[in-house]
Amino acid sequence: MEEKKIRVLIAKPGLDGHDRGAKIIARALRDAGMEVIYTGLRQTPEMVVQAALQEDVDVIGLSVLSGAHMSLVPRILDLAKQAKLEDVRIFLGGIIPAEDAKALIKLGVKAVYGPGTSTTQVVEDIQTLFEKA
Amino acid sequence: MPELVQAILQGDRRALARSITLVENDTAQGQQTLDALFPKTGKAHVVGITGASGAGKSSLVNCLVDILIQQDPKLQVAVIAVDPTSPFSGGSVLGDRIRMRAIAENPNVFIRSMASRGALGGLAHNTQAVSLVLDAAGYDFILVETVGAGQSEVEIASLAHSVLVVEAPGLGDDIQAAKAGIMEIADILVLNKADKADVDAAEMALRSMLAMGYPSTKTDGSVWVPPILRTVATDGKGVAEVVNAIQAHAEFLHSTGTWQQRDQTRLRAFLHGLLERKRNQEWQQFIQKEEFKQVLKKIYIHELSPYAAVEQLQSISFLKNSH
Ligand SMILES: Nc1nc2c(ncn2[C@@H]2O[C@H](COP(=O)(O)OP(=O)(O)OP(=O)(O)O)[C@@H](O)[C@H]2O)c(=O)[nH]1
Ligand SMILES: [Mg+2]
Repeated sequence: MEEKKIRVLIAKPGLDGHDRGAKIIARALRDAGMEVIYTGLRQTPEMVVQAALQEDVDVIGLSVLSGAHMSLVPRILDLAKQAKLEDVRIFLGGIIPAEDAKALIKLGVKAVYGPGTSTTQVVEDIQTLFEKA
Repeated sequence: MPELVQAILQGDRRALARSITLVENDTAQGQQTLDALFPKTGKAHVVGITGASGAGKSSLVNCLVDILIQQDPKLQVAVIAVDPTSPFSGGSVLGDRIRMRAIAENPNVFIRSMASRGALGGLAHNTQAVSLVLDAAGYDFILVETVGAGQSEVEIASLAHSVLVVEAPGLGDDIQAAKAGIMEIADILVLNKADKADVDAAEMALRSMLAMGYPSTKTDGSVWVPPILRTVATDGKGVAEVVNAIQAHAEFLHSTGTWQQRDQTRLRAFLHGLLERKRNQEWQQFIQKEEFKQVLKKIYIHELSPYAAVEQLQSISFLKNSH
């Protein structure tokens, strides 16, 4: 019997060593019935995009706390485009100044979440994306 | 030939990933894709990696693939890593990639995580179907890491040509898997975490366990006695010897004609699995029916015994047809 699950890649590009938040999100998405591919710390943009391609995910959730989001995220968007992953939705979590968030959304990031965001919010946002589809 | 199939055969990794999803999700398009790809399958060497949770399976896969590719840069290697699905939410966190950093960016390597989706044998129902897609796509080796849950996950034996059982000291009982059928399916025993102090005791326990299963010590080439190999999967120590053992096992299978036998076992298991699931689906539909509910009612009031009920039901619908 046909069975489709939302697949999400949770990745931590860059050099910061904190993945507590990423793990919490991963668990919340699992508890909402999604299949979460968790790749761990210190992923290069190439690793993120390769994993997204091989795992055929619907969503990439990036967590960036190092402040390097303005170099990492555009690079990932770029590589994703080269890999023809245009229909993969990219979410970003971390401490992202409003200006940067705006710029990144313009570049193609679907949503940016600050440190106070509840996991329910993220779960709902992803679910609504795929209910409409 | 469908476009997707053509793209896969031309090495398009995006098309490959897409079709794996279609197969994994039991879609009609996935089945058609596999139908078209099936004549191209039968070349890959499928290696199963099983063992208790935390024994170091993913770390070992990372090193194995790394060494295989270094030995032969033309080789294409795929990994299927299965993790459990939560029975409560139906979701899962698939974390095996964390340990596969060394091979994550290699263009000759394709890693796919799979949730078990309710299957109990340590694999997902569609793991073999996915391995066939990878086989058709030209991957020479397909490494399948099972769920690391317990001791009865022996289904990998009917999917792989060679089975590695990974043990490690310090995982609770002397030797975790030895109790149940796991030892019997091992073609190669890997004693990982050999950097730990209690590794000697673990190896002793393994050896005595193995001696029970293989009492004869004859090594005339006709019997494969599983070697016990020590590794440290975090730094690669001993893993080259495991690669050698995998290659030796393949040679053994070919020279004794058992390769073909294992191939047939795999395909038979695949067919059985499909038929079983199909039947199960029919059953699910059948028990929605009025006749079934009527019979159940009679059982509830203790008028009809369950055995007699089966007789009665057999004269109805699909139970009869499929006999
Ligand atoms: N000391 C030591 N630690 C190891 C070795 N191999 C793996 N580890 C560690 O053991 C832990 C589990 O390793 P994994 O490779 O994830 O084990 P696994 O069998 O794939 O685990 P599951 O997929 O959860 O069943 C990790 O923290 C590894 O770094 C080893 O040879 N020595
Ligand atoms: Mg693992």
